[in-house]
Amino acid sequence: MQTIIHRANTRGHANHGWLDSNHTFSFAHYYDSTRVHFGMLRVLNDDVVDGGKGFAKHPHDNMEIISIPLSGDLEHKDSMGNTAVIKQNDIQILSAGTGIYHSEYNKNNDKKVNFLQIWVFPKVRDIKPRYDQKTFKPEDRVNKLQVVVSPSEGSEGVWINQDAWFSLGNLKKDFQTEYSFNLKGNGVYVFVLDGEVTIQDRKLTKRDGMGVWDIDSIGIKADADAQVLLMEVPMN
Amino acid sequence: MQVNILVIGRHTEIMEVILRLINGEPNWQAVGALADDKAIALFNEQLFDIVLIGGGVKDESVATLTNRFKAKNPLIKIIKHYGGGSGLLFNEIQDALS
Repeated sequence: MQTIIHRANTRGHANHGWLDSNHTFSFAHYYDSTRVHFGMLRVLNDDVVDGGKGFAKHPHDNMEIISIPLSGDLEHKDSMGNTAVIKQNDIQILSAGTGIYHSEYNKNNDKKVNFLQIWVFPKVRDIKPRYDQKTFKPEDRVNKLQVVVSPSEGSEGVWINQDAWFSLGNLKKDFQTEYSFNLKGNGVYVFVLDGEVTIQDRKLTKRDGMGVWDIDSIGIKADADAQVLLMEVPMN
Repeated sequence: MQVNILVIGRHTEIMEVILRLINGEPNWQAVGALADDKAIALFNEQLFDIVLIGGGVKDESVATLTNRFKAKNPLIKIIKHYGGGSGLLFNEIQDALS
Protein backbone atom coordinates (compact mmCIF):
# COMPACT_ATOMS: atom_id res chain seq x y z
CA MET A 1 0.00 0.00 0.00
CA GLN A 2 1.14 3.51 -0.79
CA THR A 3 -0.28 6.70 0.63
CA ILE A 4 0.07 10.44 0.34
CA ILE A 5 -1.45 13.05 2.60
CA HIS A 6 -2.14 16.68 1.70
CA ARG A 7 -3.10 18.66 4.78
CA ALA A 8 -5.66 21.41 4.33
CA ASN A 9 -3.25 24.16 5.33
CA THR A 10 -0.66 23.08 2.75
CA ARG A 11 -2.95 23.64 -0.24
CA GLY A 12 -2.19 26.31 -2.80
CA HIS A 13 -4.22 29.46 -2.28
CA ALA A 14 -5.38 32.19 -4.63
CA ASN A 15 -7.57 35.10 -3.64
CA HIS A 16 -8.87 37.01 -6.65
CA GLY A 17 -11.24 39.16 -4.63
CA TRP A 18 -14.46 37.70 -5.99
CA LEU A 19 -12.97 34.18 -5.89
CA ASP A 20 -11.15 32.59 -2.98
CA SER A 21 -9.73 29.25 -4.01
CA ASN A 22 -7.72 26.53 -2.34
CA HIS A 23 -5.93 24.15 -4.68
CA THR A 24 -5.09 20.64 -3.49
CA PHE A 25 -3.12 20.17 -6.72
CA SER A 26 -1.17 22.59 -8.90
CA PHE A 27 -3.53 24.87 -10.79
CA ALA A 28 -3.28 28.09 -12.77
CA HIS A 29 -0.33 30.04 -11.37
CA TYR A 30 0.07 27.77 -8.34
CA TYR A 31 2.69 25.20 -9.29
CA ASP A 32 4.30 22.61 -7.03
CA SER A 33 6.03 19.84 -8.97
CA THR A 34 5.36 17.40 -6.11
CA ARG A 35 1.61 18.11 -6.20
CA VAL A 36 0.48 17.93 -9.79
CA HIS A 37 -2.02 15.08 -9.76
CA PHE A 38 -3.18 11.86 -8.11
CA GLY A 39 -3.41 9.40 -10.96
CA MET A 40 -6.05 10.70 -13.34
CA LEU A 41 -7.32 13.19 -10.75
CA ARG A 42 -5.76 16.46 -11.83
CA VAL A 43 -7.62 19.30 -10.12
CA LEU A 44 -9.32 19.60 -6.75
CA ASN A 45 -10.25 23.21 -6.14
CA ASP A 46 -12.24 24.39 -3.15
CA ASP A 47 -13.81 27.58 -4.50
CA VAL A 48 -15.74 30.31 -2.70
CA VAL A 49 -17.37 32.84 -5.04
CA ASP A 50 -18.86 36.16 -3.95
CA GLY A 51 -22.54 36.92 -4.50
CA GLY A 52 -23.42 37.56 -8.14
CA LYS A 53 -19.87 36.92 -9.30
CA GLY A 54 -18.44 34.02 -11.23
CA PHE A 55 -16.46 32.56 -14.07
CA ALA A 56 -17.36 34.35 -17.29
CA LYS A 57 -17.77 32.41 -20.53
CA HIS A 58 -14.55 30.51 -21.26
CA PRO A 59 -13.55 27.43 -23.24
CA HIS A 60 -12.48 23.94 -22.28
CA ASP A 61 -11.56 20.79 -24.11
CA ASN A 62 -10.55 17.27 -23.15
CA MET A 63 -11.32 17.27 -19.48
CA GLU A 64 -13.97 15.76 -17.24
CA ILE A 65 -15.09 18.62 -15.00
CA ILE A 66 -17.18 17.80 -11.95
CA SER A 67 -18.74 20.50 -9.79
CA ILE A 68 -20.08 19.75 -6.33
CA PRO A 69 -21.82 22.64 -4.54
CA LEU A 70 -21.29 22.54 -0.79
CA SER A 71 -23.35 25.65 0.00
CA GLY A 72 -25.15 28.19 -2.12
CA ASP A 73 -26.32 27.97 -5.74
CA LEU A 74 -24.30 27.93 -8.94
CA GLU A 75 -25.75 28.95 -12.30
CA HIS A 76 -24.39 27.10 -15.31
CA LYS A 77 -24.65 28.06 -19.00
CA ASP A 78 -22.85 26.39 -21.87
CA SER A 79 -22.47 26.43 -25.64
CA MET A 80 -24.55 23.26 -25.95
CA GLY A 81 -27.58 25.26 -24.84
CA ASN A 82 -27.72 24.02 -21.27
CA THR A 83 -28.81 26.42 -18.56
CA ALA A 84 -29.12 25.08 -15.05
CA VAL A 85 -28.76 25.94 -11.40
CA ILE A 86 -27.01 23.44 -9.20
CA LYS A 87 -27.16 23.47 -5.44
CA GLN A 88 -26.23 21.35 -2.44
CA ASN A 89 -26.86 17.64 -3.14
CA ASP A 90 -26.47 18.16 -6.90
CA ILE A 91 -23.54 16.87 -8.91
CA GLN A 92 -22.70 18.41 -12.27
CA ILE A 93 -20.41 16.94 -14.90
CA LEU A 94 -19.12 18.54 -18.05
CA SER A 95 -17.27 16.30 -20.50
CA ALA A 96 -15.45 18.98 -22.47
CA GLY A 97 -14.31 16.62 -25.24
CA THR A 98 -13.71 18.43 -28.53
CA GLY A 99 -14.48 21.77 -26.97
CA ILE A 100 -17.20 23.76 -25.22
CA TYR A 101 -17.75 27.19 -23.72
CA HIS A 102 -19.35 27.62 -20.35
CA SER A 103 -19.90 30.08 -17.53
CA GLU A 104 -20.49 29.42 -13.86
CA TYR A 105 -21.93 32.20 -11.68
CA ASN A 106 -23.10 32.50 -8.14
CA LYS A 107 -26.88 32.56 -8.61
CA ASN A 108 -27.42 34.68 -5.50
CA ASN A 109 -26.30 38.25 -4.95
CA ASP A 110 -26.55 38.12 -1.19
CA LYS A 111 -24.54 35.03 -0.25
CA LYS A 112 -21.43 33.19 -1.27
CA VAL A 113 -21.35 29.87 -3.06
CA ASN A 114 -18.81 27.24 -2.04
CA PHE A 115 -18.22 24.42 -4.45
CA LEU A 116 -15.62 21.84 -5.37
CA GLN A 117 -14.29 22.01 -8.90
CA ILE A 118 -12.72 18.69 -9.82
CA TRP A 119 -10.96 17.84 -13.07
CA VAL A 120 -10.25 14.28 -14.17
CA PHE A 121 -8.22 13.45 -17.28
CA PRO A 122 -10.52 11.84 -19.88
CA LYS A 123 -10.21 8.17 -20.78
CA VAL A 124 -10.78 9.05 -24.44
CA ARG A 125 -9.72 12.37 -25.96
CA ASP A 126 -11.92 14.39 -28.32
CA ILE A 127 -15.29 12.86 -27.51
CA LYS A 128 -18.51 14.73 -28.26
CA PRO A 129 -19.05 17.23 -25.43
CA ARG A 130 -21.80 16.45 -22.98
CA TYR A 131 -23.40 17.88 -19.84
CA ASP A 132 -25.24 16.14 -17.04
CA GLN A 133 -26.40 16.83 -13.53
CA LYS A 134 -28.22 14.79 -10.91
CA THR A 135 -29.71 15.42 -7.50
CA PHE A 136 -28.90 12.93 -4.77
CA LYS A 137 -30.74 12.28 -1.54
CA PRO A 138 -28.58 13.14 1.47
CA GLU A 139 -30.36 10.50 3.56
CA ASP A 140 -28.97 7.84 1.22
CA ARG A 141 -25.43 8.59 2.35
CA VAL A 142 -25.90 8.51 6.11
CA ASN A 143 -23.42 5.87 7.29
CA LYS A 144 -23.17 4.76 3.68
CA LEU A 145 -21.03 5.61 0.71
CA GLN A 146 -23.31 6.94 -2.02
CA VAL A 147 -21.97 6.65 -5.58
CA VAL A 148 -22.38 10.02 -7.32
CA VAL A 149 -20.04 9.61 -10.31
CA SER A 150 -19.42 6.41 -12.25
CA PRO A 151 -18.30 5.27 -15.71
CA SER A 152 -21.50 3.32 -16.35
CA GLU A 153 -24.02 5.31 -18.34
CA GLY A 154 -27.53 4.95 -16.96
CA SER A 155 -26.46 3.58 -13.61
CA GLU A 156 -26.03 5.32 -10.29
CA GLY A 157 -24.10 8.55 -10.43
CA VAL A 158 -23.44 10.94 -13.26
CA TRP A 159 -21.51 9.37 -16.11
CA ILE A 160 -17.82 10.15 -16.53
CA ASN A 161 -15.53 9.44 -19.47
CA GLN A 162 -13.01 7.68 -17.24
CA ASP A 163 -12.80 4.53 -15.09
CA ALA A 164 -13.58 6.61 -12.04
CA TRP A 165 -16.08 6.38 -9.22
CA PHE A 166 -16.87 9.16 -6.76
CA SER A 167 -18.76 8.52 -3.53
CA LEU A 168 -20.08 10.78 -0.79
CA GLY A 169 -20.60 9.70 2.80
CA ASN A 170 -22.10 11.36 5.88
CA LEU A 171 -20.63 9.25 8.63
CA LYS A 172 -21.72 9.42 12.24
CA LYS A 173 -19.14 9.40 15.02
CA ASP A 174 -17.60 5.95 15.56
CA PHE A 175 -19.10 4.52 12.37
CA GLN A 176 -16.64 2.31 10.51
CA THR A 177 -16.79 1.00 6.99
CA GLU A 178 -14.63 -0.34 4.23
CA TYR A 179 -14.31 0.92 0.69
CA SER A 180 -13.44 -1.73 -1.90
CA PHE A 181 -11.99 -0.48 -5.16
CA ASN A 182 -14.11 -1.04 -8.25
CA LEU A 183 -11.13 -1.65 -10.49
CA LYS A 184 -7.80 -3.28 -9.76
CA GLY A 185 -4.95 -0.82 -10.13
CA ASN A 186 -7.08 2.18 -9.22
CA GLY A 187 -6.29 4.43 -6.30
CA VAL A 188 -8.65 6.40 -4.12
CA TYR A 189 -8.31 9.99 -2.98
CA VAL A 190 -10.27 10.79 0.16
CA PHE A 191 -11.19 14.44 0.76
CA VAL A 192 -12.67 15.33 4.12
CA LEU A 193 -15.46 17.85 3.63
CA ASP A 194 -16.08 18.15 7.34
CA GLY A 195 -15.36 16.39 10.62
CA GLU A 196 -12.62 13.91 11.43
CA VAL A 197 -11.89 10.47 10.06
CA THR A 198 -9.19 7.84 10.26
CA ILE A 199 -8.14 6.21 7.00
CA GLN A 200 -5.73 3.29 7.25
CA ASP A 201 -4.65 4.50 10.73
CA ARG A 202 -4.03 8.08 9.54
CA LYS A 203 -6.11 10.84 11.07
CA LEU A 204 -7.60 13.44 8.77
CA THR A 205 -9.55 16.58 9.53
CA LYS A 206 -11.60 19.09 7.55
CA ARG A 207 -10.31 19.67 3.97
CA ASP A 208 -7.39 17.25 4.41
CA GLY A 209 -6.85 14.88 1.50
CA MET A 210 -5.29 11.43 1.40
CA GLY A 211 -4.48 9.25 -1.58
CA VAL A 212 -4.18 5.50 -1.21
CA TRP A 213 -3.11 3.03 -3.88
CA ASP A 214 -1.52 -0.39 -4.39
CA ILE A 215 -4.25 -1.93 -2.26
CA ASP A 216 -7.74 -3.32 -2.95
CA SER A 217 -9.72 -1.69 -0.14
CA ILE A 218 -9.38 0.86 2.65
CA GLY A 219 -10.86 1.17 6.12
CA ILE A 220 -12.65 4.37 7.10
CA LYS A 221 -13.58 5.33 10.66
CA ALA A 222 -15.41 8.49 11.69
CA ASP A 223 -13.72 9.98 14.76
CA ALA A 224 -16.41 12.66 14.81
CA ASP A 225 -19.45 13.24 12.62
CA ALA A 226 -17.85 13.56 9.20
CA GLN A 227 -18.59 14.15 5.54
CA VAL A 228 -16.21 12.59 3.05
CA LEU A 229 -15.76 12.52 -0.70
CA LEU A 230 -13.99 9.49 -2.15
CA MET A 231 -12.57 9.75 -5.66
CA GLU A 232 -11.45 6.44 -7.13
CA VAL A 233 -9.37 6.96 -10.27
CA PRO A 234 -6.93 5.02 -12.43
CA MET A 235 -3.34 5.64 -11.36
CA ASN A 236 -1.97 5.41 -14.92
CA MET B 1 15.34 33.70 -21.32
CA GLN B 2 12.55 33.67 -23.86
CA VAL B 3 10.61 30.47 -24.27
CA ASN B 4 9.22 29.86 -27.74
CA ILE B 5 6.15 27.68 -28.01
CA LEU B 6 4.38 26.21 -31.01
CA VAL B 7 0.73 25.48 -30.29
CA ILE B 8 -1.09 22.98 -32.50
CA GLY B 9 -4.84 22.56 -32.25
CA ARG B 10 -8.00 22.30 -34.30
CA HIS B 11 -10.35 24.58 -32.39
CA THR B 12 -10.03 28.19 -33.58
CA GLU B 13 -11.46 29.88 -30.50
CA ILE B 14 -9.53 27.73 -28.02
CA MET B 15 -6.37 28.41 -30.03
CA GLU B 16 -6.98 32.15 -29.70
CA VAL B 17 -7.42 31.85 -25.94
CA ILE B 18 -4.28 29.74 -25.50
CA LEU B 19 -2.15 32.09 -27.60
CA ARG B 20 -3.48 35.11 -25.71
CA LEU B 21 -2.72 33.49 -22.34
CA ILE B 22 0.79 32.39 -23.27
CA ASN B 23 1.70 35.66 -24.95
CA GLY B 24 0.46 37.52 -21.89
CA GLU B 25 3.24 35.97 -19.84
CA PRO B 26 6.62 37.67 -19.69
CA ASN B 27 9.28 35.80 -21.68
CA TRP B 28 6.85 33.35 -23.25
CA GLN B 29 6.11 33.65 -26.95
CA ALA B 30 3.67 31.44 -28.82
CA VAL B 31 2.45 30.99 -32.35
CA GLY B 32 -0.33 28.64 -33.39
CA ALA B 33 -1.14 26.26 -36.20
CA LEU B 34 -4.56 24.80 -36.91
CA ALA B 35 -3.22 22.44 -39.60
CA ASP B 36 -0.29 20.02 -39.69
CA ASP B 37 1.23 21.61 -42.82
CA LYS B 38 1.29 25.02 -41.16
CA ALA B 39 2.82 23.50 -38.00
CA ILE B 40 5.60 21.83 -39.98
CA ALA B 41 6.29 25.03 -41.93
CA LEU B 42 6.51 27.06 -38.73
CA PHE B 43 8.79 24.48 -37.13
CA ASN B 44 11.10 24.63 -40.11
CA GLU B 45 11.21 28.43 -40.02
CA GLN B 46 11.55 29.14 -36.31
CA LEU B 47 13.30 27.76 -33.24
CA PHE B 48 10.92 26.38 -30.62
CA ASP B 49 11.50 25.07 -27.10
CA ILE B 50 8.12 23.45 -26.63
CA VAL B 51 5.38 22.10 -28.86
CA LEU B 52 1.98 22.10 -27.20
CA ILE B 53 -0.58 19.80 -28.78
CA GLY B 54 -4.16 20.71 -28.05
CA GLY B 55 -7.53 19.11 -28.65
CA GLY B 56 -8.67 17.60 -31.91
CA VAL B 57 -5.24 16.53 -33.16
CA LYS B 58 -5.52 12.86 -34.09
CA ASP B 59 -3.00 10.29 -32.92
CA GLU B 60 -1.72 9.79 -36.48
CA SER B 61 -1.00 13.51 -36.77
CA VAL B 62 0.70 13.53 -33.37
CA ALA B 63 2.93 10.62 -34.45
CA THR B 64 3.80 12.24 -37.79
CA LEU B 65 4.49 15.64 -36.27
CA THR B 66 6.54 14.14 -33.46
CA ASN B 67 8.73 12.27 -35.94
CA ARG B 68 9.24 15.37 -38.08
CA PHE B 69 10.00 17.63 -35.13
CA LYS B 70 12.31 15.17 -33.36
CA ALA B 71 14.22 14.58 -36.56
CA LYS B 72 14.92 18.28 -36.84
CA ASN B 73 15.39 18.94 -33.12
CA PRO B 74 15.86 15.84 -30.92
CA LEU B 75 15.62 17.96 -27.75
CA ILE B 76 12.25 19.50 -28.53
CA LYS B 77 9.70 19.00 -25.77
CA ILE B 78 6.34 17.89 -27.10
CA ILE B 79 3.49 17.95 -24.61
CA LYS B 80 -0.25 17.44 -24.77
CA HIS B 81 -2.47 20.21 -23.49
CA TYR B 82 -5.59 19.34 -21.52
CA GLY B 83 -8.41 21.55 -20.44
CA GLY B 84 -8.40 24.11 -23.22
CA GLY B 85 -7.81 27.13 -21.03
CA SER B 86 -5.86 28.75 -18.25
CA GLY B 87 -6.32 26.03 -15.62
CA LEU B 88 -3.50 23.72 -16.61
CA LEU B 89 -1.71 25.68 -19.30
CA PHE B 90 0.87 27.37 -17.09
CA ASN B 91 1.48 24.15 -15.15
CA GLU B 92 2.03 22.14 -18.32
CA ILE B 93 4.60 24.63 -19.60
CA GLN B 94 6.30 24.88 -16.20
CA ASP B 95 6.47 21.09 -16.08
CA ALA B 96 8.06 20.96 -19.52
CA LEU B 97 10.59 23.63 -18.60
CA SER B 98 11.58 21.89 -15.39
